[in-house]
Amino acid sequence: MSVLVDASTKVICQGFTGKQGTFHSEQALAYGTKLVGGVTPGRGGQQHLGLPIFDTVRQAVETTGASATMIYVPAPFAADAILEAADGGITVIACITEGIPILDMLKVKTALRDHYPQVRLIGPNCPGIITPGACKIGIMPGFIHQAGKVGIVSRSGTLTYEAVKQTTDNGLGQSTCIGIGGDPIPGMNFVDCLELFQQDPATAGIVMVGEIGGAAEEAAAAYIKAKVTKPVVAYIAGATAPPGKRMGHAGAIIAGGKGTAAAKLAALEAAGVTIAHSPTEIGKRMLECFL
Amino acid sequence: MNIHEYQAKKLFTDYGIPVPAGYPAFHAKEAVQQAEILGGSAWMVKAQVHAGGRGKAGGVKKAYSLEEVSSLAQKLIGTRLITHQTGTQGQPVNGVLIEQTTAIKSEMYLSLLIDRSCQQIAVIASSAGGMDIEEVATKTPAKIITRTIDPTVGLSEYQCREIAFALGLDNNQRKQLTTVLFGLYRLFLEQDLSLVEINPLIIAADGNLLALDAKINLDDNALYRHPNWSSLYDPSQEDEKEHRARQFDLNYIALDGYIACMVNGAGLAMATMDVIKLYGGQPANFLDVGGGTTAEKVTEAFKIIVSDQKVKAILVNIFGGIVRCDLIAQGVIHAIKETGTPLPVVVRLEGTNVDAGKQLLMDSGLTVIPADNLDDAAKKAVQAVRG
Repeated sequence: MSVLVDASTKVICQGFTGKQGTFHSEQALAYGTKLVGGVTPGRGGQQHLGLPIFDTVRQAVETTGASATMIYVPAPFAADAILEAADGGITVIACITEGIPILDMLKVKTALRDHYPQVRLIGPNCPGIITPGACKIGIMPGFIHQAGKVGIVSRSGTLTYEAVKQTTDNGLGQSTCIGIGGDPIPGMNFVDCLELFQQDPATAGIVMVGEIGGAAEEAAAAYIKAKVTKPVVAYIAGATAPPGKRMGHAGAIIAGGKGTAAAKLAALEAAGVTIAHSPTEIGKRMLECFL
Repeated sequence: MNIHEYQAKKLFTDYGIPVPAGYPAFHAKEAVQQAEILGGSAWMVKAQVHAGGRGKAGGVKKAYSLEEVSSLAQKLIGTRLITHQTGTQGQPVNGVLIEQTTAIKSEMYLSLLIDRSCQQIAVIASSAGGMDIEEVATKTPAKIITRTIDPTVGLSEYQCREIAFALGLDNNQRKQLTTVLFGLYRLFLEQDLSLVEINPLIIAADGNLLALDAKINLDDNALYRHPNWSSLYDPSQEDEKEHRARQFDLNYIALDGYIACMVNGAGLAMATMDVIKLYGGQPANFLDVGGGTTAEKVTEAFKIIVSDQKVKAILVNIFGGIVRCDLIAQGVIHAIKETGTPLPVVVRLEGTNVDAGKQLLMDSGLTVIPADNLDDAAKKAVQAVRG
């Protein structure tokens, strides 16, 4: 078991024939992901990487029965690609693209809320989602993962890899890892992912990697307190970041004392979450929860 | 991206939001000319920098003669203004805004921004204008009025009315506020803003609303659909190293410490800073070289961090996903040789092709300090500085 994607999930790639799309489709295939085709408007009917190319997502879904997509189209066209996927019948959308204008994302989120409530959007500006040994949709290095019992949800890419490697090295392994991305307007948030991990029988513990800015970690703390019975370990990046400066991720900005690491850690601690004060102790803290 | 007050006020005028008459000037003579064009017997001289808190820092002055306009402009232009929002170095003043003076009856606060928790644009208004709005929010939250705008519905007139009544405006002012709000909303959408703030929005002595200040943040991600923004961009307001990093598509932010770091990924970069601090060190910068980095970018990044005179040690922390560690190692070796830096360099590599990367560093003949993990790397960097 796992959440959102497993070995039977049929996946397509939007931006299939581009440089990024091609490279990561090859990687996904090598990992064993059930990639069944891709979309590049104007090249429908051709083949790429031995798989069919479609002009539209709708055609791809009708022909292949795909339920998930990974989006590698450039930022100016990415919001449109997300909407096409939702309208074409896809239910799990991983949008890897970074740099999407914030107003485009407001529009996308409103459309998903009003018309496609069943759709799960992961990202944008994220590493994607992986169920180790079964399905890799995204840019994460597959080889550091190992099938196991920890669900990982994170706003950061490479920082997620730290948590993954540590839980692989100490033998816990991962059920599913979801990178929700560093943008201020993300698709799925911590609470959405925590809900799935809480329901998933294969997930015994949860690692949550947050960062400064916004109030998603505080919302997660409230949810954990009310609904989550599995052990949760949290790490928040950016305790030393100066206020008002954007630290790479558009979401990572502290304004007027709101969204600080200290406030987030306090809320999580009060919710019974185990805090990792250094990213290097995430795996250790998770392991201790099972002793 | 931030823009200057005079640029923001030009946009306000384009969208029907009333501002005092005024013109920018970039030297004292021009300041006098602008004051003469405006006429009257008194003028505001406002330093143009990308930072708030200008008034308290002496960057906003009233002149009662053309001579005074000249001397105030002379005094401000070419200096650096230090406010509570700038670093200790302050921001360079390259120009001033010369404005007509306005008699103020009362001051209010008005802004539109992206509300991340409800994922909509929010209008924030307060009768407590002219002061730090964060402070108002903490001390007197009842004085803050917030309304969010559903994108499918847009701003509604009833929302403008509700805000106007809450601010205690009269009939005429209520209509003016509605015009201002619709102008701001259209400006926000059409120009891809992430923030627009008027502090203070005043009721002038004649009873009319006027935007005395203007602050606008543009959404960097939308740059591609606004070619005109390049004319609004003022690199002098950025840290010189941050500006150089931007040219090479690197995310760099200068900080006050002495251990420079170079990391792939924003989250890991923040985490690296945190761990340096955990072991008693101070990070000199935030630097994310990005996911798809190259040996060339690594070299550029290196040059930027060693150009910071405060730096006493360098910590390289790479978790290779798409990026191969051997490529990073090549970049680091090349950069150390090219810059000839005498500083201790601690390198932690993990992920794709990690063994090949470590081998390259070992064979390079350079005195690179290898580290096994992030803890180890931070400890070694702090130790290297202490000697």
